[in-house]
Amino acid sequence: MIQQVFSWLFDGAHWHGTDGIPARVLQHIGYCAVVLVIGAIIAVPIGAWIAHRGRGGWIITVINSLRAVPSLGLLLIVTLWLQSKIQSTSVFSISSIIVLVVLAIPPLLAGAYSGVSEVDPAARDAARGMGMTGAQVFGRVELPCALPLMFSGLRSATLQVVATTTIAATVGIGGLGRYLIDGLAQSNYPEMAAGAICVALLALLADLLLAAVQRMVVSPGLTGRVSRSRHTERPGDDEAMKEQISEPVRSATP
Amino acid sequence: MFSFIQANLGGILSRAGQHAWLAGAPLVLGLLIAMPLGWLANRVPWLRSVLIGGSGLLYTIPSLALFVIMPLILGTGILDPINVIIAMTIYTVALLVRTVADALAVVPSETEQAAVAMGYPPVRRFFAVDLPLAVPVIASGLRVAAVSNVSIVSVAALLGIPQLGYYITDGYSNTYWAEMWTGVLGCVLLALIFDAVIIALTWLLTPWRRAVAA
Repeated sequence: MIQQVFSWLFDGAHWHGTDGIPARVLQHIGYCAVVLVIGAIIAVPIGAWIAHRGRGGWIITVINSLRAVPSLGLLLIVTLWLQSKIQSTSVFSISSIIVLVVLAIPPLLAGAYSGVSEVDPAARDAARGMGMTGAQVFGRVELPCALPLMFSGLRSATLQVVATTTIAATVGIGGLGRYLIDGLAQSNYPEMAAGAICVALLALLADLLLAAVQRMVVSPGLTGRVSRSRHTERPGDDEAMKEQISEPVRSATP
Repeated sequence: MFSFIQANLGGILSRAGQHAWLAGAPLVLGLLIAMPLGWLANRVPWLRSVLIGGSGLLYTIPSLALFVIMPLILGTGILDPINVIIAMTIYTVALLVRTVADALAVVPSETEQAAVAMGYPPVRRFFAVDLPLAVPVIASGLRVAAVSNVSIVSVAALLGIPQLGYYITDGYSNTYWAEMWTGVLGCVLLALIFDAVIIALTWLLTPWRRAVAA
């Protein structure tokens, strides 16, 4: 079985044309990128603004509870509803993008909100004391300090979008999900498994890429502070946290 | 929708039962696996990055992909529900190892030292002191895992594994709104029930928190 999957993967016929692996990968990335950009444009300003003002936290709670809605159900309902409104094949792309954006918003919003609201109040006060205006405090202190948590929100949103774009192939859009859905329809198991492996690899690469960008973008001075919070994703920092936690224990036992 | 539910009550209940089993059994299994792993991660510094980084990577595998790859690894049939159980257990472990490690890390060292001074041997100290104090944090992680498990299991309907997701895909292919809403609302309701059960269990397991509040 594993051999069949690999021979499907390395079959030259599956590497060019509109339904070849490179074309499907590009489609998949295209959908995900559009969705994440739209989602970030909507969610990040709202989350950061709510946290900056310190009021309206209930909005975050309400949007978080949307996570209980099964994404497959939402996708199929929106598609069916749009189909009764618009007579066009672009219905599938539109409904997929709407649902994927809805899916991407909770983690992005939560990341932006908790990032800004967990900024050390002392840093905020110091910035004010230095004569910064509200907008300057927001732009130069709160946002840079919020970056690590914003990135962890972005990373979990990316994973969810990459995974759910696969499912969106059910309603007829392109991308790597096609191999799973078409393979399923024809009981072509090697094709399904090969598609599954491609999606898993893509998700993994996307996460690694974002982790690398996060390392470059986040100010190194911040990582020491943030490593004490439970939300960081960086394994290296966890060691530092462990050090700090075990410190009192070690000094107490000679 | 009510007439649909009335006409199909038996089927809905049995599919809800299967859904609860496919999402719930992995929750228990995942917790049992994540507990020793989280404990190890908290104890051995170099294992911490390996275990937490590794379990984080598992979560990057999309659900539909995992359901399809599982039979390849296990040698089971693609329609076998065991694939879903194991895939969901992997997700649960991925979410919980970090939570358990964090939960154990926040147990105050004074409390641990007091237990040692009172003569608790390591294993008994873990079960009688560390673990109960870690319950609230573990429970919050478990609630996230429960809700996401219920939602992800519905995806298995695409492969034809019976549970509430069946009504979503079947209703879609027949343009039958009542059936689709039954599937979606059934999933949401089940997620709420799971959440409520975990909240109730946490309440029962942490009597000292109520004593402090009173």
